[in-house]
Amino acid sequence: MPIQVLMPALSPTMEKGNLAKWLKKEGETIKSGDVIAEIETDKATMEVEATDEGTLGKILIPEGTADVLVNTPIATILADGESAADLAKVPAAPAPKAAEAAPAAAEAKGDAKAEAPQPAAKVPAAPVSEALPDPEIPAGTEMVTQTIREALRDAMAEEMRRDGDVFIMGEEVAEYQGAYKVTQGLLQEFGARRVIDTPITEHGFAGVGVGAAMAGLKPIVEFMTWNFAMQAIDQIINSAAKTLYMSGGQMGCSIVFRGPNGAAARVAAQHSQDYAAWYSQVPGLKVVAPYSASDYKGLLKAAIRDPNPVVFLENEMLYGHTGEIPKLDDFVVPIGKARIARAGKDVTIVSWAMGMSYALKAADELAKEGVEAEVIDLRTIRPMDTETIINSVKKTGRAVTVEEGWQQSGVGSEVAARIMEHAFDYLDAPVARVSGKDVPMPYAANLEKLALPSVAEVVAAAKAVSYR
Amino acid sequence: MATPKKTVAKESGQEKAGSPPEFSREQELKALRDMLLIRRFEEKAGQLYGMGAIGGFCHLYIGQEAVVVGMQMALKQGDEVITGYRDHGHMLACGMESRGVMAELTGRRGGYSRGKGGSMHMFSKEKHFYGGHGIVGAQVSLGTGLAFANRYRGNDNVSVTYFGDGAANQGQVYESFNMAELWKLPVIYVIENNRYAMGTSVSRASAQQDFSKRGVSFNIPGKQVDGMDVRAVKAAADEATAWCRGGNGPIILEMQTYRYRGHSMSDPAKYRTREEVEKVRHDQDPIEQVRNRLLADGVSEQDLKAIDAEVREIVNEAADFAQHDPEPDASELYTDIYR
Ligand SMILES: Cc1ncc(C[n+]2csc(CCOP(=O)(O)OP(=O)(O)O)c2C)c(N)n1
Ligand SMILES: [Mg+2]
Repeated sequence: MPIQVLMPALSPTMEKGNLAKWLKKEGETIKSGDVIAEIETDKATMEVEATDEGTLGKILIPEGTADVLVNTPIATILADGESAADLAKVPAAPAPKAAEAAPAAAEAKGDAKAEAPQPAAKVPAAPVSEALPDPEIPAGTEMVTQTIREALRDAMAEEMRRDGDVFIMGEEVAEYQGAYKVTQGLLQEFGARRVIDTPITEHGFAGVGVGAAMAGLKPIVEFMTWNFAMQAIDQIINSAAKTLYMSGGQMGCSIVFRGPNGAAARVAAQHSQDYAAWYSQVPGLKVVAPYSASDYKGLLKAAIRDPNPVVFLENEMLYGHTGEIPKLDDFVVPIGKARIARAGKDVTIVSWAMGMSYALKAADELAKEGVEAEVIDLRTIRPMDTETIINSVKKTGRAVTVEEGWQQSGVGSEVAARIMEHAFDYLDAPVARVSGKDVPMPYAANLEKLALPSVAEVVAAAKAVSYR
Repeated sequence: MATPKKTVAKESGQEKAGSPPEFSREQELKALRDMLLIRRFEEKAGQLYGMGAIGGFCHLYIGQEAVVVGMQMALKQGDEVITGYRDHGHMLACGMESRGVMAELTGRRGGYSRGKGGSMHMFSKEKHFYGGHGIVGAQVSLGTGLAFANRYRGNDNVSVTYFGDGAANQGQVYESFNMAELWKLPVIYVIENNRYAMGTSVSRASAQQDFSKRGVSFNIPGKQVDGMDVRAVKAAADEATAWCRGGNGPIILEMQTYRYRGHSMSDPAKYRTREEVEKVRHDQDPIEQVRNRLLADGVSEQDLKAIDAEVREIVNEAADFAQHDPEPDASELYTDIYR
């Protein structure tokens, strides 16, 4: 029977794409490995290769078709000896409807309900954290909707326009436009002098960045992900963080180290971990880990201007998420200030970065059961805004921390210690920590899900500290 | 310390020998089958990825098959192999089973790492395959350590340490080179120069583009090899293993090869032209080269088709297994952290 060619996925999160071009015509002979079509998404283009021999029977989706759902049959291939008449044997497959868009993964597992670990499923479509007005944004400010990816790019572009000493370097930041497309357009605007592709030499280029910063430039060093900054951690800690102190205040470095941090989808132990706690231990470093789109923008601008080394932790899963960003000439969010993302009186939930997605969803769940949670987005891990946490706990008497990272010596442990030190008498229950499990990140879909914190765990912890 | 016996070093980057030594019919057939297995396996993996059965990163080896197959033909039982994340071909060449590799790609309990490692992280003690590493360049020091253990134990095993043209710029590579030569460790550094590291061509990232010369300041000999011709790879591997087993220390083989597919599954493919890819495919394909030689030598098209069919059968069986094998038991989350 003729073989169906299905619309492939370029990534685990892709749901649909455009069929840009057919490179073979109906009736043409096809060898295994021949490129037969080109498909594209907003992020990438990919060639569809034939994996079978034969002739191209029928093109089911004409070129130029937009938004073709993954797994839609796009063509049929006739094996040797088959003719056009055999085409009739292919069961008429209606294009899957949006609701059935990604059944392949679930089916393959033999469990229709199994949820593919797609970031889209884990994170609310738009951060609910915008619910409370942000004191940084004047009332009545016009807002624009942008992805976090765009917000970061704009923050860098604005600072580069403002200060000729600011430049960016890293792997694939220039010609490729960023491995995750965060530096899109920067090379075109600022040229190769200020947007610099490096070889794969993290330890080396981090050191080059620190040296340039000692000489007074203001580098933004992009790590393709923070996992690879492990190669460079010596320069970040021993050189960047300590120079001001060791030189008796003569010489510091104004530098931003940035890139995606934390769990990504299905990339296993070496590519999926949270470094917030690691860097937060180091005096001399500032550590920023935003969640909302406007914080991403305002805090990155603050980080670039800061005269100290700043570790700026982003999240790959959030890059495509949109949020409201104030349309101001110069929107800067101060480093070191937490934000109350949701007000409540019963229990304080402290989180940051991706942890906020669990915290906010849990707060919604808890509200349904009559528990009003106050959710604090730390935004900066170091220096930590202890005051905002303590004021909240004095009000609620209960606290839960939420992070994707490991529990031992985690940021949640630090928050718990500070609450104990400063608000012990106000506590009605011990602080509870929800965190990633104490294991390296597994690859298998089911195990990966178990390794990460869940909304249910946050809800359970909040109830436990409330004795409910 | 000048060592006059290092004649191989003179070849560094200059000599591109004429035709490599011929293969026997048996060798040609074996090379064809082993390369076809990798190609068909990778095509299937790409397909399963497109269906959502494989997640995360999946770096295919299509185009580079002659490198691991030619190297493996020169190794003996006990020699160690280690590489980065583009590792499916290396594992199949080492004799690891298709179904176990494929089931790891789908994250199932029958995978080589019981579903915990995925595409980039598989290992087999039995086959002396030491992974499967995700951090670019890290395997170079590890492979040097495998050679250290050989030297320490006084056996005659050789560590075959693979890495890419991009990885060749990492600092620990040169720290390893220095120790390897200083301590005369039996390690073959196989640099798989497929011309690109993600979207960065060699010329945009490397001051010294002749990778066979990367060991010059450590006195490590090196050689450029046509990595699309399995016979040339095998010949260079024979020389290199003899060099290492002879107690001469490390050696570098720069394999000039090419990856046909994107870096991983999602690749904007804007950094090279389709014509460039098509030209390599058309002129240099490692599998076609062997096929054509076999046909010229009188092997029938029919016989070659039979090999392809046998290989497809193995791959289909593996894919079937990989899709139906259950996911790991939830209790596996907490196993294998300590022992
Ligand atoms: C330390 C580190 N930096 C960056 C990366 C991201 N990365 C993965 S593969 C790759 C390109 C490597 O290219 P090359 O060594 O030529 O090998 P190839 O992919 O061509 O086989 C990069 C930059 C990584 N995995 N580890
Ligand atoms: Mg390469």
